[in-house]
Amino acid sequence: MTAEHSIRRLAETREILLCCGPGGVGKTTTAASIALLAATSAPGKVLVLTIDPARRLADALGLKGIGNDVVRIDDATLKAAGVVPRGELYCAMLDMKQSWDDLIRMHAPDERTVERILSNPLYQNLTGRFVQSHDYIAMERLHELHSTGEWDLIVVDTPPTRNALDFLDAPKRMEEFFSSRLLRWLIAPAKGGLLGFAARPFTQIADRILGTQFLADITEFFLSLHSMYGGFIERARAVSRLLSDERTSFLVIATPEPSPLREAEFFLRELDRRHYEVGALVLNRALPASLADPETELAANELASDAAALAAVAADDLGVEPGATERVLRVAAASAREWAVVARREAAARDRVAHAAPLVVTVPSLDEEIGDLSGLVLLGRALGAPT
Amino acid sequence: MIPITERNLLFVTGKGGTGKTTIAAGLAWMLAAQGKRVLTCEVDAKGDLAAAFEAGSVGFDPVKVADGPYVMSMDTEASLREYLRVQAHIPVIGRIGPLASAFDFLATAAPGVREILTVGKFCFEVRDRNYDVVIVDSAATGHVIGHLTAPQAINDLVKVGLIRSQTDWMLDILNDEATTGVVVVTTPEEMPVQETIELVGRIGTETGVHVAGIVVNRALPELFGVRDEALFAEVAKARPGTLGKSRFDGVFQAARHASARRRIAVQHVATLRASVPTDVPIVFQPYLFARAEGLRATKQVATSLAGELA
Repeated sequence: MTAEHSIRRLAETREILLCCGPGGVGKTTTAASIALLAATSAPGKVLVLTIDPARRLADALGLKGIGNDVVRIDDATLKAAGVVPRGELYCAMLDMKQSWDDLIRMHAPDERTVERILSNPLYQNLTGRFVQSHDYIAMERLHELHSTGEWDLIVVDTPPTRNALDFLDAPKRMEEFFSSRLLRWLIAPAKGGLLGFAARPFTQIADRILGTQFLADITEFFLSLHSMYGGFIERARAVSRLLSDERTSFLVIATPEPSPLREAEFFLRELDRRHYEVGALVLNRALPASLADPETELAANELASDAAALAAVAADDLGVEPGATERVLRVAAASAREWAVVARREAAARDRVAHAAPLVVTVPSLDEEIGDLSGLVLLGRALGAPT
Repeated sequence: MIPITERNLLFVTGKGGTGKTTIAAGLAWMLAAQGKRVLTCEVDAKGDLAAAFEAGSVGFDPVKVADGPYVMSMDTEASLREYLRVQAHIPVIGRIGPLASAFDFLATAAPGVREILTVGKFCFEVRDRNYDVVIVDSAATGHVIGHLTAPQAINDLVKVGLIRSQTDWMLDILNDEATTGVVVVTTPEEMPVQETIELVGRIGTETGVHVAGIVVNRALPELFGVRDEALFAEVAKARPGTLGKSRFDGVFQAARHASARRRIAVQHVATLRASVPTDVPIVFQPYLFARAEGLRATKQVATSLAGELA
């Protein structure tokens, strides 16, 4: 690996790093440790924006409860974890409800519209119970934070979307939604326009399925939203631009297991198709390379077939009981052979994706799970180390 | 607690990466092998469930797997079409044409419509007794609550109309403990266990649906007992020469790795057991070393689950 291609270099040359990938591969943890790595290797203000961190990690980062506040992780905490910060590390979580409310307040033409939207039962449901709106608001919040000009680097942990890259299309979908004929049909009657007639078949179906009152609620809601049309569209376009900006790079996170890796490959293809820049593919929790080593397996075979004789030698030398020692040696050999199969499967999978991104970083599985700053430091070192 | 095997509608969920598709497929295969007529459905249309049966590409129309269950993939638009045709008798739909755009609009505009068309499909199949069991390879933990609460949410939001008229009987099916249950899949690791504990709590407080059980996937076998563990440590760190230089170091490292993983796993399982209601059964699916996916893995999972759930 050359200096041109490293996580550290990406952190130094980009302003936004988006960590995306399938669920359960350590996206949040990776995002946090890249931010930590950046804050310890160079001066500057680094922010990690995380969507839904596990509680222990949130505690470790000093995030208390949910809220949109940006929290600084103070130097003393970092020093206690064994790192000497050169920059400043901040983190923020995404509070969906508050972010949506802020967005409405920003775009609404007047206070009355704000009130009308915020009190609409549909709006409350849209932002509260249902999760689709996650996608858009995460990107929106990223844009907001970036445009403050406060940060040298923002590392984003992307939302766990059902459809892998929904969040990328969210700004475009928002734009399409606002310009859609259906929306115009729906609100035209209320505005007394001529389009009402064209909407009739549609309204008839919708009416039978959902009922008039609900339809009226929807209409009212979108009529209010429509007053913010211009602001929303402009904003959605700005978010799209930001994602394709050369200062933005995507990191695809996965583990070297079949299913996550297949999904990572899908991510890589999709990002490429959209002309977004992929900075790196990170493979977390790789088994130790020694497990796949043919020498290890030969040794395991030998240990299994000569267990009794070897146990006798060890028993003699160490003064331990030969029977129990033989049992222990057999178990160790069997275990090594089982893990060798898994490790070789992983190695084959890693070979397959070796050139799938400009940089492929393999992070060994750490003995303890990462739930505190020291863990993040370890992971950051593994990410930053040449592989 | 009604056993998992005796319910008619099972939502299999869990944190991403825990193997819920593998478990859903294994459960479906197991019940089909017991002679039941089983429908299994993937909600997120990634194709992983069909792959677990080597069933090729599967759409909304169920495909029967030889010796196994029926497999389908959820498509909410097709579900709406079917519903309108079969249940609501709306012939007008064929002539209107742009159903797709109308649907897109509804799904975008009206929260819960997509969810209720998903959950509704399963409830129909259960109500009409088309299958003995319907197993849903459900959305990940963050989304499953949205699915399970959709009928109630629609009930609160929509006062009249076709969809509203359907929610009451759906709730009856979903909230009946003898009929419906959620199976939460986890691995013996910290984050999946934490998410499982939170999900079990949320299912209890936010929905009327019952948790049927928890499957701890990729459970690791115990390597050494306490005394053997100490003995292993001693043998493994013996000075070079004892066992012929250090040519067994790789083997010992592998065993140490396996042993450490198991030790951590045991702690997380203990946390899980202590944090969910005692009547919620926890069953274990061992780590599959030889094959991680495909029908071979599905059948192995079915066999070991049959042993666990017997």
